[in-house]
Amino acid sequence: MLDIKNLHVAVGGKEILKGLNLRVEAGQVHAIMGPNGSGKSTLSYVLAGRAGYDITEGSISYNGEDLVPLPPEERAAKGVFLAMQYPVEIPGVTTMMFLKSALNAQRRSRGEAEMDAIGVLKTVRKKAAALNVSEEMLKRALNVGFSGGEKKRLEILQMALFEPKLAILDETDSGLDIDALRLVAEGVNGLRSPERAMLVITHYQRLLDYIVPDRIHVLAKGRIVAEGGKELALELEAKGYEQIVKDAA
Amino acid sequence: MSSAALETKETVAGLGEKYKYGFVTDIEMERAPKGLSEDTVRYISAKKGEPDWMLEWRLGAFRRWLSMKEPTWARVHYPAIDYQDAYYYAAPKNTPKKQSLDEVDPKLLETYKKLGIPLHEQMALAGVAVDAVFDSVSVATTFKEKLNEAGVIFCPISEAIRDYPDLVKKYLGTVVPVTDNFFATLNSAVFSDGTFVYVPKGVRCPMELSTYFRINASETGQFERTLIVADEGSFVSYLEGCTAPKRDENQLHAAVVELVALDNAEIKYSTVQNWYPGDENGLGGIYNFVTKRGDCRGARSKISWTQVETGSAITWKYPSCILRGDESVGEFYSIAIANNYQQADTGTKMIHLGKNTRSRIISKGISAGKAQNTYRGLVSVYGKAENARNFTQCDSLLIGGECGAHTVPYIESRNPSARIEHEATTSKIAEDQLFYCLQRGIGQEEAVALIVNGFCKEVLQQLPMEFAVEAQKLVGISLEGSVG
Ligand SMILES: Nc1ncnc2c1ncn2[C@@H]1O[C@H](COP(=O)(O)OP(=O)(O)O)[C@@H](O)[C@H]1O
Ligand SMILES: [Mg+2]
Repeated sequence: MLDIKNLHVAVGGKEILKGLNLRVEAGQVHAIMGPNGSGKSTLSYVLAGRAGYDITEGSISYNGEDLVPLPPEERAAKGVFLAMQYPVEIPGVTTMMFLKSALNAQRRSRGEAEMDAIGVLKTVRKKAAALNVSEEMLKRALNVGFSGGEKKRLEILQMALFEPKLAILDETDSGLDIDALRLVAEGVNGLRSPERAMLVITHYQRLLDYIVPDRIHVLAKGRIVAEGGKELALELEAKGYEQIVKDAA
Repeated sequence: MSSAALETKETVAGLGEKYKYGFVTDIEMERAPKGLSEDTVRYISAKKGEPDWMLEWRLGAFRRWLSMKEPTWARVHYPAIDYQDAYYYAAPKNTPKKQSLDEVDPKLLETYKKLGIPLHEQMALAGVAVDAVFDSVSVATTFKEKLNEAGVIFCPISEAIRDYPDLVKKYLGTVVPVTDNFFATLNSAVFSDGTFVYVPKGVRCPMELSTYFRINASETGQFERTLIVADEGSFVSYLEGCTAPKRDENQLHAAVVELVALDNAEIKYSTVQNWYPGDENGLGGIYNFVTKRGDCRGARSKISWTQVETGSAITWKYPSCILRGDESVGEFYSIAIANNYQQADTGTKMIHLGKNTRSRIISKGISAGKAQNTYRGLVSVYGKAENARNFTQCDSLLIGGECGAHTVPYIESRNPSARIEHEATTSKIAEDQLFYCLQRGIGQEEAVALIVNGFCKEVLQQLPMEFAVEAQKLVGISLEGSVG
C-alpha cells in the first residue's frame, strides 16, 4: 500500500529525513517510534503533502501511484488521513459544519454524491457516541477551547468518518490520561481492517499496549535505525532510545 | 429550509464565474446631456414630473455643492473625478407605468434572473417584496397589495414625492441634511430615484422589504435616495443588494440613505454590496461614496445596520446612528472584504444624545491581495447622555503579506457616566489552519471561504436567513485567488 524509498526531506533548507525506507502492506499496523526531534512529524507531513516540506531525493508510492505530485486535498480524497499531533482551531466554524464540508469535499473529489445535512448528522452521531464525543462538542467551533483529550478524540472521530485507506496517527497518545488513551485505542482497533493500513507514531511504548502493531520501526536522526516485531517496544522501554541508536550504529 | 432559501442558494451556486454579475443588458437608454449644471438638475426634476418645492430643494443643494470641496481624509486614493464627464440621468426608453410584471421588458427580467432574483419566483416563493431599481427608474414593484393592507408604503421615492408629499417633506433631509457632505449634497441635487418606506404606528411590516440596485448604463453615476420612516411602535426589516457590470472605467455611486425611528420603533437595515470591484490589476470598478444615517428619534427606538461589503473599487461608507431618544439603541454589524487593489474605508458613528442610550459595533475586516482596509469609527457621548454604553469589537483578518488593515477609532465623551469598551484584534489566516483543512480534503478556496466565514459569523448571523446563504457564498467568491 505504502512504499517509501530513500526519502530525503528538507525543511527550510535543512535536511530532516535522510534516506528513509518504509513499506506498509494493507491490513497492517506499523508503529514508528523515536526520540523527540527525530523527524516523526516531518514524515507524517510529507505523506500528507504539507507545503514547505521539500522532497530532495527518493520516492513515495501509494497503491502503486506516485504520491509526490498530488496536492494534500487529493491525497485526502484518495484515502490518506493524518491525525495531527496538534489539531488546529478554527474559530466560528462549528465542528459539525467542518465535518460536513470535509466529508462532502472528499466525496465530490471522488465523483460521489454529496450527503445532505441530515445524512451527515446521522452518520456523525453514530460514530461520535462510541468515542464519547458529545453533541455539544459538535456544536462548538472546531477545536476551540477543546481539552487535549477532546481534540484527539475528534481526530479519531474524523478517521472513523472518512474511512481512510492509509491512516497516520501522529502522537495521538500524547497528553491523554489512561481512560482517554483506552478510548482512542478502542477507536483505532475498531478501524483495523484488511483494506486499511495504519502508521502509528508514538514516543512512548505505552500506546502499543493497547494498539498492538504488526511491526515497529525506530526513527532516529532522519533514518530508520532499527526494526522488529512488537517485542522491540519493550526493549526500547528497557534500554532507552540512546542505547538502541548506538547499537544500530 | 424554505424553498425561497433553496432558490437563492442554487442560483448562486450555478454561477461559477468570479465576478458573475459582469454582464451588460442591451436596452436603449434615455439620458440627460453629459455634465452637471442647473439645467441637468432641472432636466432630472422635469423627467420625474416633480413639484416645484422639490426642484427648489435640488437647486439649493446644487448651489451649495458648487462651493464644497471633495473630502480627502479617508485612507483611499483615486485620480480626481471629472464631474462634468458623466451622465446624471439614464433610464430605459419607453417606460410607461407597468401594471404587472408581464408588461416588463423581458430583457430586464432576464437581467434580474442572472442577478439571482427572479421576480416571478420571488413573488411566488419568498414573500419578499422587491422594488427593483434599474439604473434610475423603478420598473417593477411587487407585493404592493399586501403591504397596502397593512398600511405600509413601499414605493419608488419619485412616486412618494408625487403621492405623499407631506410625509416626504416632513422627513427628507432631516437625518442627512442637504449640506451634510460633498457627496450627500451632490446626491440631493441629482438623485434620480430610490426607495421610500413608511410603516405606520404599531405595524409590524408583514415581510422583508428588499431593493436591488443595479448600475447598467456606462458613464452614469447612480445617485439613489432612500428614506425609511418607522412610526411609533412599528418594525421593518429592509435589505438592499447591489451589483454592477464589469467596465474598465470607474463609476461613481453616491447614495444617501436616511432612516427615522420614532418611539419604540425598530428598523433593521441590511446591505449586501457587491458592486464591480475592478479587475486583478486595479482597473475599473465602482467608487462607492455613500452616506447612510439613522435617527433614533423616539424613546426606546432601535436602528440596526448590517452590511456585507465585498465589492467596489473604493468604499467610503459610515452607516451611523444618532441616538436621540432616551434608551434608544444603535447597532452596526459589518463585514468588509478588500481583495486585489480594492480600498475600503468604512465604519460607523454612534452619537449618544439621549439618556441610557446603548450602541454596539461589531466590525470584521478582511484584507487580501494588495488591498487596504480601514475601520473608521466614532463613538461620541454628549453631556446629557447619562449612562450611555458602547461596546466595540473590531477584528481584522489578513490574507497574504501585501495587504493592510487599519483601525481608527475616535472616542469622545462629555459625560463621566459613559462606559465605552473597545476591543480590537488583528490575525492572519494561519498556514496550519489551511493545511488542516486541505488534509481533510477541503480545497484551498473552500478552505479560505470556510475560515473567513467563521471569522465573520457574528455578523452573518444578523442577516435574514435567505440572504445569509448568499452572503456566505459571496464571501468565498470575492476572495477567490487570494491564496496560493
Ligand atoms: N518548520 C521547521 N523548520 C525548521 N526545522 C524544523 C521545522 N519543523 C521541524 N523542524 C526540525 O526538524 C526536526 C524534526 O522535527 P519533527 O519532525 O517535528 O520531529 P518529531 O516529530 O520526531 O519530534 C527537528 O530538529 C526540528 O527542530
Ligand atoms: Mg512530532
